[in-house]
Amino acid sequence: MIEIRFHGRGGQGAAVASSIIADAIFSEGRDVQSFPMFGVERRGAPVAAFIRVDDKPIRVRCELEDPQYVMVLDPTLVEAVDVTAGVQADGVIVVNSPLEAGELGLGEDFRVYTFDGTTLSVEHGLGTRTAPIVNTTMLGVFAKITGLLGIDALEASVKKYFPRDRDGKNAKAARAAYEAAGSG
Amino acid sequence: MKQVVTGNHTVAHAARVGRAQVVSAYPITPQTQVVEKISEFVADGIMDAKFIKVESEHSAMVACIGASAAGVRTFTATSAQGLALMHEVLHWAANARLPVVLANINRAMGPPWTIWTDQIDSLSERDTGWMQFYAESNQDIFDGILISFKVAEQVLLPAMVILEAFFLSHTAEPVDFPEQEEVDRFLPPRVATHTVDPEHPAAFGGLTGPDHYYELKYMEHNAMLEAEEVIKRVTQEYGDLTGRYYKMADPYRCEDAETVLLVSGGVASTAKDAVDEARAAGKKLGSLKIWAFRPFPREDVRELLLGRKRVAVVDRNISFGQEGIFCTEVKASLYGRDGAPPVLGFVAGLGGRDIKVRDLLAIAEAAEKDDCPEFNWYGVKP
Repeated sequence: MIEIRFHGRGGQGAAVASSIIADAIFSEGRDVQSFPMFGVERRGAPVAAFIRVDDKPIRVRCELEDPQYVMVLDPTLVEAVDVTAGVQADGVIVVNSPLEAGELGLGEDFRVYTFDGTTLSVEHGLGTRTAPIVNTTMLGVFAKITGLLGIDALEASVKKYFPRDRDGKNAKAARAAYEAAGSG
Repeated sequence: MKQVVTGNHTVAHAARVGRAQVVSAYPITPQTQVVEKISEFVADGIMDAKFIKVESEHSAMVACIGASAAGVRTFTATSAQGLALMHEVLHWAANARLPVVLANINRAMGPPWTIWTDQIDSLSERDTGWMQFYAESNQDIFDGILISFKVAEQVLLPAMVILEAFFLSHTAEPVDFPEQEEVDRFLPPRVATHTVDPEHPAAFGGLTGPDHYYELKYMEHNAMLEAEEVIKRVTQEYGDLTGRYYKMADPYRCEDAETVLLVSGGVASTAKDAVDEARAAGKKLGSLKIWAFRPFPREDVRELLLGRKRVAVVDRNISFGQEGIFCTEVKASLYGRDGAPPVLGFVAGLGGRDIKVRDLLAIAEAAEKDDCPEFNWYGVKP
């Protein structure tokens, strides 16, 4: 079983991102489960969301504590919460940050990748510099780095979750990020 | 067609395709998304129902009672304090023999204020005369609601479908939604008798003296007993339609099990992984899910548990000063029977404390010790 944790801030769409990726992976034929952090969410406060993926039916219905994959939507979260908590050795951590992976100080035990999702999102008209909407952009990065899902499935699920995004900004940003991100 | 949907949205979809005609509900975390989704369906015109906004859960149930008495299919959803506020009129719905269906998202009772899961809210309503079904997965929620409408309308008792806060309510997973035509064939429109009708005025539920009240309770009790047969018939029919056959007491790898974990709700799902892990290590462990809590499947429980070495009951609830409530029910079912195994009670997971595979394995292991107490609080912090 593959376990994934997303970190974000309340309002950044970490939970929506977890639903989209679960939907996309399911459409490729695997079983999935996704859930937000169980509790009260406040705008701007650190939140988390979780995804399980398996080739056989997923039966565990409990919290998830030792993911192989982590994604961090907000650059400032690296200092605010322990994004490496419980992550398995050699686990993959994808961070939205303009910095180089080595500059984040997450140690040597994990494979850390950074991508400046904020700049790409703003270029695609998703939010502003001070309030960027990076969740769909970073899903494109996550798909590319981890290889857990294809961009076509991701794009279809993004469109499904944003029916009012008539210009397809979210789907375009996800694809552009997928193409720009370094391969894992 | 399978879609990845949360438990709460699954509840809303079931009310929609089950063609509930009147829905009245008051929002409460963690049930709020149910109310949001149903009112959205109604506003968008894809659910042909009247959504009645009210100022409390008590009024929500009263609105359902009125609509149900007028002969239509009614639905509501709530949690914890909200269910408790309905208490008086839960009795009314059952005693008036109205087939209202309710989804309760199990949330612990405050204080201290809490939004996380346990079963004390729904089990506190054990004796109101409502049927109760505990869902293990989002698919169970969907199927359970459709089955509940059909059973409730046949036996004329209300039914509660129960799911855990967050572990099911906010968790998205694939759910197989049958086509509307298939559902319509399984669940045709309600045919109600003795309805409130201004053309034919009649009194309902008026003052009834000792000469008659007693017999009405006798009939209500018998209706609950008869519900067992109806549930078996309706679940068979539903299984033939969908391939999913529900059992009031549902065993997993129990054939030669020496120890049986008795579980309910989403914990029953996690328990299957625990059983597989124990089996891989050569242990004779099985699990038994109680899906229907009212009516309680006493005969099935006897058949499945008599002759075992022991039963470990995992209760996400407590009757203070006594023990877990499923534990008491199982003991009552086995009392005085030849081959009745020791029944060991384990309270766990109150207020949303996680119950993992390793916790269930630890409970099974503790139960297998010769000196295991009859009643245990699992995992209390020092």
